[in-house]
Amino acid sequence: MSKSGTILYLDGVSVSFDGFRAINNLSLVLDRGEMRAIIGPNGAGKTTMMDIVTGKTKPDSGEVYFNGEIDLTRHDEADIAMMGIGRKFQKPTVFESHTVEDNLMLSLKGPRSIFPALFHRKTADEVRRIDDILGIIRLGDKRHMLGANLSHGQKQWLEIGMLLAQDPKLLLVDEPVAGMTDAETEETARLLKDIAKTHSVIVVEHDMHFVRELGVKVTCLHEGSVLSEGTLDFVSADDRVVEVYLGR
Amino acid sequence: MITRRFFANGADRRIFITIGLLLGVAVLVPILNIALPPDSAFHVPSYMVALVGKYLCFALLALALDLVWGYCGILSLGHGAFFALGGYAMGMYLMRQIGDRGVYGNPILPDFMVFLNWKELPWFWYGFDQFWFAVIMVMLVPGLLAFIFGWFAFRSRVTGVYLSIITQAMTYALLLAFFRNDMGFGGNNGLTDFKDILGFNVQANTTRSAIFAASAVALALGVFITWAIINSKYGKLLIAVRDAESRTRFIGWRPENVKLFAFTVSAVMAGIAGALYVPQVGIINPGEFAPANSIEVVIWTAVGGRGTIVGPIVGALLVNAGKSWFTGVLPEYWLFALGGLFIATTLFLPRGVIGMWDHWMATYRERKAAALPPSAGTPAATTPQQREWQASATGGAPEPQPAE
Ligand SMILES: Nc1ncnc2c1ncn2[C@@H]1O[C@H](COP(=O)(O)OP(=O)(O)OP(=O)(O)O)[C@@H](O)[C@H]1O
Ligand SMILES: [Mg+2]
Repeated sequence: MSKSGTILYLDGVSVSFDGFRAINNLSLVLDRGEMRAIIGPNGAGKTTMMDIVTGKTKPDSGEVYFNGEIDLTRHDEADIAMMGIGRKFQKPTVFESHTVEDNLMLSLKGPRSIFPALFHRKTADEVRRIDDILGIIRLGDKRHMLGANLSHGQKQWLEIGMLLAQDPKLLLVDEPVAGMTDAETEETARLLKDIAKTHSVIVVEHDMHFVRELGVKVTCLHEGSVLSEGTLDFVSADDRVVEVYLGR
Repeated sequence: MITRRFFANGADRRIFITIGLLLGVAVLVPILNIALPPDSAFHVPSYMVALVGKYLCFALLALALDLVWGYCGILSLGHGAFFALGGYAMGMYLMRQIGDRGVYGNPILPDFMVFLNWKELPWFWYGFDQFWFAVIMVMLVPGLLAFIFGWFAFRSRVTGVYLSIITQAMTYALLLAFFRNDMGFGGNNGLTDFKDILGFNVQANTTRSAIFAASAVALALGVFITWAIINSKYGKLLIAVRDAESRTRFIGWRPENVKLFAFTVSAVMAGIAGALYVPQVGIINPGEFAPANSIEVVIWTAVGGRGTIVGPIVGALLVNAGKSWFTGVLPEYWLFALGGLFIATTLFLPRGVIGMWDHWMATYRERKAAALPPSAGTPAATTPQQREWQASATGGAPEPQPAE
């Protein structure tokens, strides 16, 4: 398979934790500009796959390429983030003692060394960027609120906003609608579809309504490798998928 | 927006009041000590100048610890080591100022070296006859140690309890090393019998007052620098690393560098505190490296309120004043009292005296606001102090938390 034209290319990736194979010969390709939904039962290895892509976990074997040319296994988290891969954690993680605005300010694309940060002054451009993102994630009226005081759903959005602030090429979004109301879920689907117009996105989610709402190609993982891939209708009609979801 | 700016100024006002107070004290206390006759009601006795001067050095040490513990979640149990190193650097200068006035009358070698039959000055004592050199070393030695230590510790992602333990091990190792006579720092007697500093007699009232003033000014400067750091984008990053280290990593920052900078700056501050402390107490010995000393600093900071700038200063002053009083009345129970104080603070005042005060003020203001008819134009904006308190109440406690 050719890597050219891909934003993310995983081939034959395996990783074990104390002998347990969390990812097993996984191959997955995401085209530039594509949005992909990943489903799979608990423990299928979805989060671990993101750990590998973002440099948190080093694979035991296999190839992981970004943009068709960069070998991600040779870089660490900060490097990979700077290359343009943003990640939302499964458990929403924002800076709780900072305001919404400051959370975004710290995430804005820009130099990442200590001395510029020490003498940094907010520029008009940055203010505009923050305002834009606040509009997109619909937290404009909460800009001075502390991260700690946001609702669960608002934290999820703020975290997505922090990804956008980084201006990444690829977004990895782990369970963005967990703990959201139906209305919030719908809103989030709209938000992600908007983002996908200009970014490549991988969304991991258990909520099938939400996945249907996204209306994109679905990959089902199971025991660390791809079980089935295609439209949601195709995947959910697959006997093996039904089997792993219903249990044997 | 306007209310926000007003309240932000409210938080800053506290910092400027503190700086103003310290500068005022730096001018006033020496005057009251030197210019007023001893029988005047406003005369400040010399022992008081020495005692409070010592406390001010402790306050600077506590502030230094708070920069890393309160704002970045690095619980250092070895900050006493940086303080002691700064103290030794100053002590070496003071030793060399003795010249041939020592017991053995050797113009170059300090007494303890003559006693050990050493023939020449070890290389690491070179330059310490110059004040400017000693001043550089006061900052460079603790800073460099912190930088090297932090480089390895933070890069290998040692955090939490493990980091605390190795900082404690560091100060303990230095304690053992400085106890050895052949290290060349005076062994267990340390450095003492100082005569002059910059040509002035260290025992003289005027000199003591000047060192007192220098300590107050150094603390004021420490407050200003800490405040400037905390309010910069870097300061926000520091707090971000404390609250969600791996989040910062995944948006491209390197928390190890963030920590390293704060740790090094903090060690330099601690070194300066130690350097000002030594001429005021007249001795520096390996006991300053004792792990218990570093733990005491943690207690001062916790009592005053970590994660605030004024807190550690208040804590250091309160606890040390308490210690002076207590050791006068019931010397054998002081350690129990200190332990009890720490437990009580942890249980009942998790944000220390300052945190408690802010909480009271916030509740008081709320009550007053509730009692008044709702007036236009004052939305329920939170004060920075209130925000700090809320953050702690809702899980923004300065412990590093694993993301995910
Ligand atoms: N650091 C680790 N050490 C040991 N085991 C791990 C580690 N990380 C993941 N695992 C294991 O790997 C397997 C895959 O975990 P992963 O978190 O990727 O699943 P998931 O598909 O994200 O599940 P969920 O839907 O519950 O989030 C699990 O069995 C998990 O226990
Ligand atoms: Mg998961």
